[in-house]
Amino acid sequence: MTQALDPQAVRDLSMFVRTGADGADAMDLAVGGIKCAVCMATIEKGLSHEPGVVSARVNLASKRLTVEWTRGENSPERIIDRLDELGFRAHPFSPRKLDSEEAIEERKLLRCLGVAAFGAMNIMLLSVSVWSGNFSDITPETRDFFHWLSALIALPTAAYAGRPFYESALRALKAGAVNMDVPITLGVVLALGMSVVETWQHAEHAYFDSAVMLLFFLLIGRYLDQSVRRRTRDVASNLATLRADTASRILPDGTIVDVPVEAIDPGDVVLASPGQRIAVDGIVDSGQSDVDQSLITGETRHVPVARGANVYAGTLNISGQLRIRVTKAESGTLLAEIERLLTGAIEGRAKYVRLADRAARLYAPVVHTTAALTFIGWLIAGLAWKPALLIAITVLIITCPCALALAIPAVQVVATQALFRRSVLLHAPDALERLADVDTIVFDKTGTLTLPKPALANGGAIDPALLARAGQLAVASRHPLALAVAEAAGKPAAALDVREEPGAGVFALIDGAEARLGSLAFCDARDAGDAVAAAYPDASLIAFRHGEAVAVFAVEQGLRDDAVETVAGLKQAGFRLLILSGDRGEAVRRAADALGLDDFAGDLKPADKIARLAVLAGEGRKVLMVGDGLNDAPSLAAAHVSLSPVTAVHLAQAAADGVFLGDHLKPVSDSVRTAKIARKVMAQNLWLAVIYNIIAVPLAIAGFVTPLIAALAMSGSSILVTLNALSARR
Amino acid sequence: MNVLVYLVPMALMLGLVGLVAFLWSLHNRQFDDLEGAGWRAIADDDIDPKS
Repeated sequence: MTQALDPQAVRDLSMFVRTGADGADAMDLAVGGIKCAVCMATIEKGLSHEPGVVSARVNLASKRLTVEWTRGENSPERIIDRLDELGFRAHPFSPRKLDSEEAIEERKLLRCLGVAAFGAMNIMLLSVSVWSGNFSDITPETRDFFHWLSALIALPTAAYAGRPFYESALRALKAGAVNMDVPITLGVVLALGMSVVETWQHAEHAYFDSAVMLLFFLLIGRYLDQSVRRRTRDVASNLATLRADTASRILPDGTIVDVPVEAIDPGDVVLASPGQRIAVDGIVDSGQSDVDQSLITGETRHVPVARGANVYAGTLNISGQLRIRVTKAESGTLLAEIERLLTGAIEGRAKYVRLADRAARLYAPVVHTTAALTFIGWLIAGLAWKPALLIAITVLIITCPCALALAIPAVQVVATQALFRRSVLLHAPDALERLADVDTIVFDKTGTLTLPKPALANGGAIDPALLARAGQLAVASRHPLALAVAEAAGKPAAALDVREEPGAGVFALIDGAEARLGSLAFCDARDAGDAVAAAYPDASLIAFRHGEAVAVFAVEQGLRDDAVETVAGLKQAGFRLLILSGDRGEAVRRAADALGLDDFAGDLKPADKIARLAVLAGEGRKVLMVGDGLNDAPSLAAAHVSLSPVTAVHLAQAAADGVFLGDHLKPVSDSVRTAKIARKVMAQNLWLAVIYNIIAVPLAIAGFVTPLIAALAMSGSSILVTLNALSARR
Repeated sequence: MNVLVYLVPMALMLGLVGLVAFLWSLHNRQFDDLEGAGWRAIADDDIDPKS
């Protein structure tokens, strides 16, 4: 029996359509491959000629596209096909995913920043006049007028622009904790209150400018922090969307419709063709095949499945067609076990106290005690309570942690951006600091140290002419092993009239002789196969016969290109390195040998991996876990910090603190290195802030500080720590 | 110093106009894609190729 290759199924993407402006249909898409303004123009122009399209607008910063069309005149499937013709891979977002909390928060911060900038500029204009007037001939009436005007601008500005700080400070206080926003809020409120009282009494000095400038500087830091975080999130969610997980649902009447995985419910029956990733968890209804479960268990050897067997989302269907009945994770299955472990790991994770919060805990009591002592000291020295209180408040204002509050976020922004350029996306806000603690790195083997895509291992030993002919057959098949052969042959044009023998291989006439590509039996190549199997024990074999000539290809997941040097580099840098894998011990040993590692273990269940991590943590080690499989998800959550490659399963990516892109392992060592540099710069910045306080506080205690000195000291120290933060870019 | 009575409110008014313009453009999502906006300014798709 033979069958046609690559049947075209019907697709249904209607779940992604939302109602846009004026009742038109609209859709938001993640688009892969947008690099520059030319791509933007190509897409927008290309789509604008499509029937019914009202508007098509690319967002170049977030690499997204919004299309609107008149209902009934176009369809999401057609638009995606058109984009494909234009050379861009696109997949729609679910409507609810858009306009994330991050984007809303970012706009709010930007609004606050704009208001604070307006306030700071206008008040500074008035303040500079007062300061210079104090040295020359300003009349008390004019000064009062300027001060009242400043108050008129400063009070509403601070009330509006300071909300992010007040809200966060209140939240912290309600939870019984102190964060950096508590002293900030206190400083701003006290500075404004004292200035109003001073202005009332026609005094020479008012601190309206200090309060608003403080908010302005801090908001710049907050905004940059938020915007870097949102950009990282955007890229990550684009990548997740572009994976475009679809499943072929079999309707009761037998028609097959390709639908997004989100639209599949338990009880549905889906079809998995050979070469396809299985998109759902379920039980095989009918059909027989081998399944590559390496993403789930780490096991590289294919597992035979038949009616009644459990299959998991993320596994690769190798040889036969399967009908799968979708089920939810039931107790007793691998999935339920992993979810139970994952929940346990997340609950058990110690709450990490960030450096900034630790600094705030130390800082707040010291400053408040100093201010109180200043007040008491001046009273004892014989000053009336009012001027003494004034000086005490000045101490609080001058120590208001402008530099301290910028010291860490500024470094965070610079380092996160540096990692972003090196294809590491950190999504946990404290991931950078936790990465800096790392002294031990645990790797999963399959898909992490090795590339997830299998490749030809013995290409050098095969006659190039034969490989080229095998390639002509291989490109016509969707079998993963054939794909590797096609790749190695340079993807030649397919031979004419290639037919498939399901479960065995493909065949066609090439140059007058029959050519076959498939299992060893199908190509009658058992003897040649034994030799290759001995040389490549971990590989899967696929044979090719052309007339009398025979070749056996060994296909395996090779180590990442730079794995050996990256591992060597990390080892030299003094990290303890381990491999913990779910694959067979033999296979793990060979990978460890190739990398020069002697600390490894195979055949591990998810719970075993967690136990090993617990032992390491018990020794006081800070572990970076790098893994991609479903079986790694619990240990990714349990480790001190974790990374996963972008090819990882969803659950693993969600459990990890960051994702790295591309085919290389170097991002792992880059991220640890950058994090360590960033930690060093953070410490430097904290010291700079301390030195600033050591100089400024005695002046304030002595009562010498005027608003002019406060303004200079505050902006000077803020600029200093910001410039220093740039050195974390390396 | 009487001139201040005119100048100070004028300066404030101008500043406020700037602030309102900023908030308006933010509300109209003009800050959503700063990268693309820069390139759109020099796109030549509104020029008739014959002229």
